[in-house]
Amino acid sequence: MINISNISPEIEDILQTVYDPEIPVLTVLDMGIMRRVEQEGKKVTLNISPTYSGCPAMDMIADDLKKAFSEKGFEAEVKLVLSPAWTTDQISEEGKRKMREYGIASPLDPTADKDALRGESKKVKCTQCGSMNTLVVSQFGSTACKALFKCKDCLEPFDYFKCLR
Amino acid sequence: MNNSLYIYLLLLGDNSLILGHRLSELCGHGPNLETDIALTNHSLDLYGQVRSYYQYAAEVKGEGTEDSIAFLRNERQYYNVLLIEQPNSDFAHVICRQFLWDAYHLPLMRSLMKSKDDQISAIATKSEKEASYHLRFSSEWMRRLGDGTEESHAKLQAAFDHLYPYSFELFKETEIEKEMKENGIGANLSLIQTEWKKTTESVFEEANLKLPDTPPALTKGKQGIHTEAMGFILAELQYMQRAYPTMEW
Ligand SMILES: [Zn+2]
Repeated sequence: MINISNISPEIEDILQTVYDPEIPVLTVLDMGIMRRVEQEGKKVTLNISPTYSGCPAMDMIADDLKKAFSEKGFEAEVKLVLSPAWTTDQISEEGKRKMREYGIASPLDPTADKDALRGESKKVKCTQCGSMNTLVVSQFGSTACKALFKCKDCLEPFDYFKCLR
Repeated sequence: MNNSLYIYLLLLGDNSLILGHRLSELCGHGPNLETDIALTNHSLDLYGQVRSYYQYAAEVKGEGTEDSIAFLRNERQYYNVLLIEQPNSDFAHVICRQFLWDAYHLPLMRSLMKSKDDQISAIATKSEKEASYHLRFSSEWMRRLGDGTEESHAKLQAAFDHLYPYSFELFKETEIEKEMKENGIGANLSLIQTEWKKTTESVFEEANLKLPDTPPALTKGKQGIHTEAMGFILAELQYMQRAYPTMEW
């Protein structure tokens, strides 16, 4: 797991105000993309890890972080670190819960994910009505990290956050 | 500066850049919404990978940026394979090109995860997961088109006849690739080829494809000698930087 427990409460409060623009209910801490925070007085270096290589949200998150810190009188530098690679296991439990409430089914374990995406088994729960009678429409959804599903009971489409491990 | 490492990073990155560009051309033009979105997602993954390669290449060279590497080289200084630059003639071509490439890209990334170069290994670890999604998508479509209607099969076979001969270049080792293999940074292409054959042969069979008897196509992309298609790609890709040098978005 990623250890950012040594950050000061002041820094943590700021981080709690920066959200993923593509899932605007999750903070950078919920997403588990913060790797390390180095602080020297009012200067902070934030090491973040991209979810998917081409995730366009990364540049926006970096800008939002700098802005949030500068509003509190800090000067923040954001660095992208590739290793160790981010996985969906790093999304916090709280994050997964908020994700589901927002209407995105949260990632399953790798085997279940594979079966679900291939349409071999029904393991993704509808975020609207809770039915397991769901169908994969496309392995690639509205963003690189999601697949598109449809519920056969309430007929609503919904996103599933793919497992990355 | 380590020139061989720099060129090797371009060899890796240029394939992602040019294929990413080809797929981005389909944005809004896919045959249906799902495939349009899927292929655009592939494109984004590839652009993400190429950024990592070029950022590292700029660092190795000690000059330039990811942008100058992407936008300000001449045709002869791009080292992507010829397969990648082939046009989006129809959906069968898009899928076939993607599949021949994905079946190579995935084992390549798996091998580079063990690279002695930490940065290459980190990029490969990230890309490997994406490559496995891509391969799953393209192999499913290969089967669907090849084993589908008479028309879809005929179109896929035609694309296959055109593209298959280009696949030999993937495994033709250049001096740089040999050097990188020997020093533990690069991949061993003959091992990648074994994996590639395993993946592709079963899919070719399920898609009822007949191997074309045409000889291997030209194999000079990795030396910077390209087909006619490449100039057109660069004309579009580089237009803004050529017209308004150092512009920022
Ligand atoms: Zn439902």
